[in-house]
Amino acid sequence: MKEINLTIDDQALSVSQDTTILQAAEKLGIKIPRLCYHPDLSIEGACRICIVEVDGSRNFVPSCATPVREGMRVRTNSPEIRQARRDLIELILDNHPRECQICERDGNCELQNLAYAMGVRDRLFEGKRKRHEIEKSSLAVIRDAEKCILCRRCVRVCAEVQGVTNLSQLYRGVETVVAPAYEQGMADSVCIACGQCINVCPVAAFLENNSTDRVWAALADPSKHVVAQIAPSIRAAIGEGFGLAPGTPMTGQTVTALHRLGFEAVFDTNFGADLTIVEEANELIKRLEKNDRLPLLTSCSSGWIKFMEHFYPEMIPFASTCRSPMSMLSVLLKTYYAEKTGRNAKDIFVVAIMPCTAKKFEAERSEHCSADGYPYTDAVLTTREFIWMIKSYGINFTMLPEGEFDAPLGFSTGAADLFGTTGGVMEAALRTAAEKLTGKPLTELNFDQVREVKGLKEASIEIAGRTLNVAVANGLNNAKTILERVKKGEKTYHLIELMACPGGCIAGGGQPYPPDNHYVLDPEIARLRAKALYRIDEAKAIRVAHRNPFIEKLYQDYLEQPGSHRAHELLHTTYTPREPRGIK
Amino acid sequence: MSAESNQHLDSETIAFMDACLQKEHPKSYLIAVLHKIQQRYGYLSQAHMDQVAQHMQIPTSIISGVSTFYHFFRLQPRGKFSISICLGTACFVKGADKVLDAFRTELGIELGETTPDGLFSLESSRCLGVCALAPVVTINDKIYSKVTAKQVPELLNSVKAAAID
Repeated sequence: MKEINLTIDDQALSVSQDTTILQAAEKLGIKIPRLCYHPDLSIEGACRICIVEVDGSRNFVPSCATPVREGMRVRTNSPEIRQARRDLIELILDNHPRECQICERDGNCELQNLAYAMGVRDRLFEGKRKRHEIEKSSLAVIRDAEKCILCRRCVRVCAEVQGVTNLSQLYRGVETVVAPAYEQGMADSVCIACGQCINVCPVAAFLENNSTDRVWAALADPSKHVVAQIAPSIRAAIGEGFGLAPGTPMTGQTVTALHRLGFEAVFDTNFGADLTIVEEANELIKRLEKNDRLPLLTSCSSGWIKFMEHFYPEMIPFASTCRSPMSMLSVLLKTYYAEKTGRNAKDIFVVAIMPCTAKKFEAERSEHCSADGYPYTDAVLTTREFIWMIKSYGINFTMLPEGEFDAPLGFSTGAADLFGTTGGVMEAALRTAAEKLTGKPLTELNFDQVREVKGLKEASIEIAGRTLNVAVANGLNNAKTILERVKKGEKTYHLIELMACPGGCIAGGGQPYPPDNHYVLDPEIARLRAKALYRIDEAKAIRVAHRNPFIEKLYQDYLEQPGSHRAHELLHTTYTPREPRGIK
Repeated sequence: MSAESNQHLDSETIAFMDACLQKEHPKSYLIAVLHKIQQRYGYLSQAHMDQVAQHMQIPTSIISGVSTFYHFFRLQPRGKFSISICLGTACFVKGADKVLDAFRTELGIELGETTPDGLFSLESSRCLGVCALAPVVTINDKIYSKVTAKQVPELLNSVKAAAID
């Protein structure tokens, strides 16, 4: 590629010709202010905050959308540019609610931070402001068009990363809103509830449907036995909410925080993950034996499951019937645990701390409710909601001593920790499947072929004299790619891991907003969080799911054996094609 | 009209879509297809847009974005009586905006909408070329001249009465 020479703020540099001014400036340590720009999404050029002066240009140019040219002389700061940027921000603010102090994003709002950084200290414009009701039909994601600044990041992530294209700009001019087709409620749309629109939103136009009030109420209700479970990826990300670097594992502190908040027992979704692997590996081995319904598609990610039901209902027979680890554990809490502790299932209130907004949807699915209609999981909190509860309660999280999960549903193997990252479910399944198929313990537990934080991975793995073709997809556009390959019969696959969010649960729609020096959905954050999970796995004595002694005991006492009638009744589920049908 | 729109798109429209799909950049023919449907059915129903989405494999959110962006597209069936108020310069100067307000208040609908009973729909037009008669209102093919806001309730009543006869 041709090298281009230019100067930015009087500093000379040369960059390849496909570089934009904004990217070139970053190489010099100049961060041009920006709002709609996202490095992993297409260029929108909607906000004009990143304007710069280019010698010979009549107007300011948007640096995100302008490629470099030979001999270009760029100025990123001049009194005129600074004034223009300030005006642009003021114009956005003028059409934005003045309620920062009571907004969910107060303190981590990109618009607020930008306005401060650009020196907006007065509100000079006064115009008509748009008014919209908050759209709350979805259990997972709520939409507040009044706060929307029309940067279209959500539109782009929904289409370009998730392949869902549920959101679009409707109407025009001052009436423009971002919404699903026909301005339907999110609950009536093809929304898969992944929450990535919340992650990329610079303001609070998208948020999770908050469940903290219900949890506070349960904690204050003496007739309820309130218990918690935490997903694998929480421990690797929660520290960021308290100023720690991404990838600082905080498992023990999280357990202690839950106890201090008043949870009577704290269990680990990891136990559900171990159990999922035992059931799923059993399913895989059976299907391999009969050469039946291959590839087996994993079923842990509730966003992926909803995507399958809207977009690929023809693939439903291939999906594992295993409930997600969260739902498996919740079922056990309201059956096995209830019986063991002599409690009525209805008095147990199960709160799941999840990196995920789709889990809020999953919890309310009728498939995950008991025959008499109560949900197995009573409330799902995102990592963000949980962080807020800890802060709200005055708990100094980083100073907490490390607590221990309650037995027996709090013990897990290293395989379970991997569930939080892309490739982790695959690796955990391969460990168990390999040991079961060969009848021998594995000497090498790490399956590096599936480990990278990358959208699409494929590997061929030799186990017991046969080759298993496996694939791992995260970000549902990648799921489309792999499922189309399967449908066209381009290659025979045996097991495919699918996760809705790019990078897996560690980058879920409910995870903390990015810390300074990172951008939202920065793969580097996902890598750091994944590394923490791999470290936790390495440090554990037992790293293969089926060797979890409490799982073995659970089968002896309660579930008979993997795939038994009882196990099916409690641990497996069904899926239904959903309307509206998605467009692939 | 609305019963018809619940049905599937007719074979002519489907054939048109199929022809578009054979061309280079087939999805760029979305607007042409929407025009065709509006020509045939008078407006774009959600059911029809859903069918276009499936047939052309274009997400409904995109179709919805296009159909709400362009003023030409109607998203509701026209009423039995289509009221059009000229907002051209001469009519506007003569108070067409007040006439429009009166229709909005009387009918309880905005421009581009249809009353729930399906009787009236409200639209605006630009200069009909009879500025001497300003402000001008047309109801279906009939022209009403020098309309004032005050006359609007009576005008609507007379149209309704004529409809019952």
